[in-house]
Amino acid sequence: MSILVNEDTKVLIQGITGGFGGKHAQLSLDYGTRIVAGVTPGKGGQVFGESTPVFDTIAEAVAETGATVSAVFVPPPFAGDAILEGVDAGLDLVVAITEGIPVADMMRVRAGMQGSSTRLIGPNCPGVVTPGTGEDSHGGCRIGISPGYIHRRGSVGVVSRSGTLTYEAVWQTTQLGLGQSTCVGIGGDPINGTSHLDVLKMFEEDPETESIIMIGEIGGNAEVEAGRWAQEHCSKPIAAFIAGATAPPGRRMGHAGAIVSGGDDTAQSKKEALADCGIAIAETPSEMGTTLVRAIG
Amino acid sequence: MNIHEYQAKELFQKFGVATPSGAVATTAEEAEAAGSEIKGKVVIKAQVHAGGRGKGSFKNGFQGGVHLVDSPSEAAEIAAKMLGETLVTHQTGEEGKVVRKVLIAEAVEITHEYYFSIVMDREHSAPVIIASREGGVNIEEVAEQTPEKIITEVVHPLLGLQQFQARKLAKLLGFTTTEMRPAAKLFLALYDLFISCDCSMVEVNPLVSTPDGQVLALDAKFGFDDNALFRHPDIEAMRDLDEEDPREVEASNYDLNYIGLDGNIACLVNGAGLAMATMDIIKHYGGDPANFLDVGGGATEDQVTNAFRILCGDPKVEAILVNIFGGIMQCDIIAKGIIGAARSIEIKVPPCGPP
Repeated sequence: MSILVNEDTKVLIQGITGGFGGKHAQLSLDYGTRIVAGVTPGKGGQVFGESTPVFDTIAEAVAETGATVSAVFVPPPFAGDAILEGVDAGLDLVVAITEGIPVADMMRVRAGMQGSSTRLIGPNCPGVVTPGTGEDSHGGCRIGISPGYIHRRGSVGVVSRSGTLTYEAVWQTTQLGLGQSTCVGIGGDPINGTSHLDVLKMFEEDPETESIIMIGEIGGNAEVEAGRWAQEHCSKPIAAFIAGATAPPGRRMGHAGAIVSGGDDTAQSKKEALADCGIAIAETPSEMGTTLVRAIG
Repeated sequence: MNIHEYQAKELFQKFGVATPSGAVATTAEEAEAAGSEIKGKVVIKAQVHAGGRGKGSFKNGFQGGVHLVDSPSEAAEIAAKMLGETLVTHQTGEEGKVVRKVLIAEAVEITHEYYFSIVMDREHSAPVIIASREGGVNIEEVAEQTPEKIITEVVHPLLGLQQFQARKLAKLLGFTTTEMRPAAKLFLALYDLFISCDCSMVEVNPLVSTPDGQVLALDAKFGFDDNALFRHPDIEAMRDLDEEDPREVEASNYDLNYIGLDGNIACLVNGAGLAMATMDIIKHYGGDPANFLDVGGGATEDQVTNAFRILCGDPKVEAILVNIFGGIMQCDIIAKGIIGAARSIEIKVPPCGPP
């Protein structure tokens, strides 16, 4: 088991004919992921790589290939529309990689998704990986931009707002021999589809996940909300790292959502709140893996 | 991105948000001309991106960045003492800021000062209005000491601010029955501005009522969603490079995500989360980060070279920490960029990366 996606998940790529989308579609194919279609309006009928068909619309791609999940690599001005197209087509999961979508667009997308059964992950995220069981985790489901080979199929669930910090956690748990069940990058934007809490609930339900690394940063209260839930309801050990202890207040630190705007969204106050919930805190990103090992006991 | 008070006033005028009349001036003559358009008393305000202007002082000895005068000729006289001079306030630091423009505005009589803001709220995924009858003061203090005096109203993301909500807010804020209509009209116009310009925040403090029954927005602070600037070239044009950290202005010319700080150890990192965490690591082991710098996942050799040049140009920097997660990012590009920098500039500080 894993969460959200597995080896059999059929994935389509929105924006497969662009440089960025194409590069990562090919890396996913090389990893053994079932990339079954690409979608680019106006490029229907083309073939990507060796044999991946390109469609004009998601509806056509779904009808022809049975894809249930999409990865969005569409440029920011058109990304909101691309996400809603996936929702309209009834996909189970839309993973929005695109960085730089206007916040007001995401506000409307979120409101427009009310009542739909589609889950959105991201935007501005590295994506989702369920590692495979082959060499260097080959054969898994890689959606997005993570380096595939750093993974190893195992027992740690990883949820994070940051890409490279996810890779750090993945590499450390691979080196420690623990491996990962599924890694979910929820993205660095202030309005996103899936929260830390949503992912913790899924990890709690997943028998393959035995422990969890949660990576957060300054801004908002999503990590603390997840921590409070975990204190009451999560039976699995959790280690957390919060980035941004040295960030000056009021400045946007790369991610649109990483900004200290009140008293309780600083790294220090989040770390204290999470520690109060019984979560093990890694003081530096180099200690995420070892902190988790100590938490497992 | 910040804008000046006179630019905020221009946005108010464009969207029909009631505000005292006024104009910007760059010379004493312009100040006199703008002053002659105004009936009654005139207020002159130095235009810099810093608070505390009223209590500030100029390096030429002139006191105060905000003055009230009775005639256009007096306006010209005061403007001449401000323009081109350096204003020091508690927010500018000792070096102060050069005043290049002054705002000449109608001075209004005030019955009461209110606080009114709209923010894009992440918890609700919707705009939220925060308002108080206690305006003209530090709103954080009001929220802390008397939270019952803070009113919040969530706006539906698709419906927008409704007329009844605007009327409700006006009455909750204690506006009279006759003031309710102009107050509600102002709130609706301000919401229109907020959405139309992709603001992340608009904070009007103070919003005032006058003895003749007007409701006016006096001073405002704006925040814009950087992600949406591509569809607002007019707002991007309001950026005043003179007001920004020159290191950040230069970094933005190379599409580098850079924020300057005051420490002694610079860093060059891929990914915003890791860049923040690398600053934390520097602090954790007793150093002080000199900057935030995310070169992204697709950095070019040229970007890395220029990034290194900017880091080395900071006189406080004693060492540079390079932290790259080489999963997808090609580390040879980073290496070539650093070599390029070493060849084109004299690197006096020791660069180091993880072993």
